[in-house]
Amino acid sequence: MVSSSSRRILAIWCARLAIDRWRLGERLIEGEGADAAPVALITETAHGPRITAANTAGLAAGAQPGMMLADARTLCPSLAVVPADPAGDLAFLENLAIWAQRWGPWSALDPPDGVIVDITGAAHLFGGEAALLADARAAFARRRLSVRLAIAPTAGAAWALAHHGPPDAMLHAADDPAQRLAQLPIPALRLDDDTITLLKRLGLKRLGDLHGVHREALVRRFRNRRSPAANPLIRMDQLLGRLPEPLLPVIAVSAPLVQRRLMEPIRHRELLERVVADLCADMARLLEGQALGARRLELGLWKVDGQVIGRRLEVSASSRDAPHLAGLLSRKLEDVDAGFGIEMVRLRAAWTEPLSLAQRDFEAAAENHGTSLAVCIDRLTVRLGVEAVSRPTPYASHIPERAQRWQGPLEPEKTSQGEFEFHARSVKLLDRPEPIAVIYETPDGLPRRFRWRGDAHDVVRAEGPERIAPEWWRERSTTRLRDYYRIEDMRGRRYWIYRNGLVGDGRGGMPEWFLQGLWG
Amino acid sequence: MPQTNPDPSIVSKPTSAAGLLRRPRAAEWRPGLAPDDIAHGEIFAFGDDAVGSALALAFARDRLAAAASDPLADTPDERPWLWVQDREALRRTGRPYRPGLPRALRHRLIDVAARSAEDALFALEEGLRCRDLAFVMGEITGNPRALDMTASRRLGLAAEKHGVPLWLVRLDARRDLSSARQRWVTQAAASPEPRWNPAAPGTPSWQAEMFRARRHPPGTWVLRDDGALVAQRAPSSPMAEDASSVPTQAV
Repeated sequence: MVSSSSRRILAIWCARLAIDRWRLGERLIEGEGADAAPVALITETAHGPRITAANTAGLAAGAQPGMMLADARTLCPSLAVVPADPAGDLAFLENLAIWAQRWGPWSALDPPDGVIVDITGAAHLFGGEAALLADARAAFARRRLSVRLAIAPTAGAAWALAHHGPPDAMLHAADDPAQRLAQLPIPALRLDDDTITLLKRLGLKRLGDLHGVHREALVRRFRNRRSPAANPLIRMDQLLGRLPEPLLPVIAVSAPLVQRRLMEPIRHRELLERVVADLCADMARLLEGQALGARRLELGLWKVDGQVIGRRLEVSASSRDAPHLAGLLSRKLEDVDAGFGIEMVRLRAAWTEPLSLAQRDFEAAAENHGTSLAVCIDRLTVRLGVEAVSRPTPYASHIPERAQRWQGPLEPEKTSQGEFEFHARSVKLLDRPEPIAVIYETPDGLPRRFRWRGDAHDVVRAEGPERIAPEWWRERSTTRLRDYYRIEDMRGRRYWIYRNGLVGDGRGGMPEWFLQGLWG
Repeated sequence: MPQTNPDPSIVSKPTSAAGLLRRPRAAEWRPGLAPDDIAHGEIFAFGDDAVGSALALAFARDRLAAAASDPLADTPDERPWLWVQDREALRRTGRPYRPGLPRALRHRLIDVAARSAEDALFALEEGLRCRDLAFVMGEITGNPRALDMTASRRLGLAAEKHGVPLWLVRLDARRDLSSARQRWVTQAAASPEPRWNPAAPGTPSWQAEMFRARRHPPGTWVLRDDGALVAQRAPSSPMAEDASSVPTQAV
């Protein structure tokens, strides 16, 4: 395909990433010092320590990755052991992926130990692809990382060549990948272990063997394998460029960060607010340069006695208005215990959103033209709490108290079906229905008189029942149905009451009455 | 015979100082008045029904309808509105219930549950200073110390400056000092019979007495919300004869 053949992908395989990292961490030169003796990196497993990687001397002494440590010790009693650090390896690899963008604009992780760089249209900057490979080899040698490199039109082919091909392999756009890669072993397809074993049992050892088999036969054999790692046909198509293979690029993001080191530790609230206001001004300048606005700010206060206090602020719409943010942050400082003093204050915008243009002088504008809704919500939530400011949304349920839910005031409302308009619903609903004593025509007649909060109410007019059955798919089988009545008492007050259950419905004794809603 | 002006043309022209002084008392309150006045209303109501908040909603809708008579304003008013309750109001009369609110208002509600009267007043003032709100409604129980003449004046000034109407519902409260432009006492009234089922409760009706207003003479009405606010003049002073039940004994 034209589109895929025009791409150029550089695959970098850090063949011995874990050992290289250990060596770098110990400041050793390869084959000298502690590295001259056999060393193995181990992880603890349920069956005891297992070797994940070994240095050259260790490999020569017989310690293989995947071996139990006890087995390796029988072969080489002098084997030294260091715990492996897979999380550190991954973090290192992420940094390496960003560093590798010196050869191309996009890079992606290829865990556990590889990086893939898209070098399409970038090779001429280094004087051709061969020169780019030489440059990369020299750069990795300077970092003392042993790597294998390959360039190919697809990520799959580059990976296969890097892992199983000759060193510094290159597959040109004009080459026929099926022919050039035919001699590579089956694991070059990036398959999982089960599939590799299966193909080995089928007698397929090299990529060329797959071309000899009828495609229909392979399709039938692997028809229920959806994952690319379990289906050699998908992998083969990706390798040959017949199927696209999206890569997840690694993009370096730095959170804007400002800080103030204080000459004299501060212990007073006014000074701290002053520093926070300065930091907010710095942050606003920083954000304005990047055309961003902050959604979440994290304030760190380093105290003299070694403790760190953290405060976090979230605003409802992205903002870089320094007085507004400083005002909100200063409310968060009310319960800060400065102790012996605060020596460093740092403000970090952990979550930013693009914000191209904004009102400059916010406080004066607020005085003159009023605040915007987002600012109003921010001020309310900072003083009253996030859960105090909310907005009702409909929810698909017949049970009245379940028919509305609460969400944040600026969150978009979910689409829902239309609400029933023929049911009368009260203006207000009590959080918890209050039990009332009712005189009514048993078993299921209209209420005549009830007592609520110590007052007797004579029911003058009533409408009902509106029977609402329990939601059997959600509630227990003993939940009783409700008969709702809309009533008006002798002084014109209108309430919404319900009888919980029926006489003889087998779900409890006499039904109880509750008052749930109030009309105007 | 007292001295009268013999020239009828001078009488018909209200240019004299006496004419200007005499004019303002004329306008009697009625629904749908053009909102030239700053809306800062106070509604005294009982804490065991939702009459106060329903009447405040009806006033707010009335004002929005009167303000939206501009024929050029063809976009619907979709500004949110704020409903602030202190904790006691929330406990006594419950939370707003979206399916029961007027259709044009229910999706625009922002509810604020304040812990105390101070927090509720703060939220009311912040809401009045927000230019994106259609109106602000508050419910405060009793006569908290924080809600004095100064606080009420602050609210009135904020409403005047930013043009956001405010209706403050006072549940089970005495009629204390306040700078509200209109002050009402309300209670539930028997509803009219519905057309199809005479035994059922009808459209909610309220008996409301305006006991102080800056531009209108006081009066008593029976109000109800039939899509638009409807007012009928009630017999002279029913609130006085039922004084024991009115929540405002001390004036």
